[in-house]
Amino acid sequence: MENYIEVRWHGRAQQGVVTAAKVLGEACLRSGKYVQAFPEFGPERMGAPVRAYNRVSDEPIRLHCQVTEPRYVLIADPTLIGVAGVTDGTPEDAIFIINTHKSPKEMRSELGLAGKKAKVYTLDASKISLETIGRQMPNTPMLGALARAAGFIAIEALIENFKENYAKKFSPRVIEGNVEAMNRGFKEVEGE
Amino acid sequence: MAIMTKGQTGLTGNTAIAYAMKQINPDVCAAYPITPSTAIIEDFSSYVADGAVDTELITVESEHSAMSACIGAAAAGARVMTATSAQGLALMWEMLYIASGMRFPIVIANVNRALSAPINIHCDHSDSMGARDSGWIQLYSETVQEAYDNFIQAVRIAENEKVLLPVMVCFDGFITSHAIENISLLDDSEVRRFIGEYRPKHYLLDTDNPITYGAMTLQDTYIEFKHQQSQAMTRAKDVAIEVGREFGKEFGRTYGLMETYRLDDAEVAIVILNSAAGTTKVAVDELRKQGKKVGILRPRLFRPFPFREIADALKNVKAVAILDRADSMNGFGGPLFNEVRSALYELDARPRVISRIYGLGGRDYKVKDALEVFADLKKIAETGKVETLQKYITL
Repeated sequence: MENYIEVRWHGRAQQGVVTAAKVLGEACLRSGKYVQAFPEFGPERMGAPVRAYNRVSDEPIRLHCQVTEPRYVLIADPTLIGVAGVTDGTPEDAIFIINTHKSPKEMRSELGLAGKKAKVYTLDASKISLETIGRQMPNTPMLGALARAAGFIAIEALIENFKENYAKKFSPRVIEGNVEAMNRGFKEVEGE
Repeated sequence: MAIMTKGQTGLTGNTAIAYAMKQINPDVCAAYPITPSTAIIEDFSSYVADGAVDTELITVESEHSAMSACIGAAAAGARVMTATSAQGLALMWEMLYIASGMRFPIVIANVNRALSAPINIHCDHSDSMGARDSGWIQLYSETVQEAYDNFIQAVRIAENEKVLLPVMVCFDGFITSHAIENISLLDDSEVRRFIGEYRPKHYLLDTDNPITYGAMTLQDTYIEFKHQQSQAMTRAKDVAIEVGREFGKEFGRTYGLMETYRLDDAEVAIVILNSAAGTTKVAVDELRKQGKKVGILRPRLFRPFPFREIADALKNVKAVAILDRADSMNGFGGPLFNEVRSALYELDARPRVISRIYGLGGRDYKVKDALEVFADLKKIAETGKVETLQKYITL
């Protein structure tokens, strides 16, 4: 099969996972990659479980089916574990990044991955976003955490992309808060 | 290292079409929103509100009125466009025939979506396939890039004096309309130069040369009107080729009547429209690695149907599967199957042809689904026998 990086985002509607997939896609594109970013297609309702996806590749992407075997899984809301099939289809060497105050070890067992090869990372993205952006926006610190855990996107690329693409949309204060959130996510994420 | 994606940006299909509309700056856009095409008009209405375009945006109370207003504006001499999907296109039905019969070069983005019932908002081609005999030119698009490029070319094809017919640009709901993909955008000035100014020869507001549109024609002249319309549709094929070639010369992306992929020496082939062709290409590459001679034909122009060119492209394959994302509900395969199979009848040595209906209502079509079809085709090519002429897949 073709060489793709596939990412699945889990969250609840209004937590920003669709935007996170968009921002990640844009940042990867800026670093010279071919990308896809799409939400789980459907009529959305506030608070309902939502998925969003990325494909990233060095080659033009021709696949237009759903992402069903992602190596990277980001969970913005830990209450979705056990509800939203967060481990479905993931390969042995999968990487999970979870917004929680709990340790990677605890989350590994909650995910049913004890003794498995998959890596589990955690960060308190809700707390970071409250302290930096001033509201619950866990997606932004999680992007920083992804840069640390995955290595296919540099934190600098995420930050530069955000500063350039969103300067018109947000005030400098909001941009600064988001950049700080990404940096803190990068620094504070822990994994095993 | 050179950055291959330099100059590209990431847009959804809907955002890209709205951007193309901004660049085209039509005189009139009359629209009524419907999922999954809503964002086109939503984005475009921002361009209108911001003064980025001079377009008269008419918000109406239904798609029937949207197409009616488009027709009225086109009759007055305006360059007109709109967007819709599924039930929206269905509600435009009688007006579609009036737009084409009056020979108005209206351009519509149809974001392909299944028709109710049961209600569904996801992709299939039932909507545009139902309109295939309405006298509209139809272009189908695999990617966000192609949807954007097709939409710009549609203006030129529609307004060509030899054609003067409305054009429907089709692309897959959600799969293309809501997915961000890499895209190279043209400059506003490039788009405006390519499409040129619209100067209709005849229009109602030209009071020095009064004319009538929509007059009663009975047994004496109606058939002559339809004959002329049919001839115009035939001419649209050459115009589409010319425009696609000129687009390539100007901007580096050439388009033809169809795209073939690894078809030259193929023994078996899949014929398929829109985004699923991309997924099928991945399957083709897998099988080619194993030395299997497989290929794809993806029609881009479905109306007028390039039957000679399609037959010619498939004349050397032993077996071909036509994949339809719509069922004609005629008991004998989907619309693409019927037309391709009919086109092949003129060949001296015809390939065996099977019908497969897939992906209705947005059902996922994966590489493995394409591989299974190719496995069926291999058996047919080896034995010369068709076991299952038609069936639903991805069930």
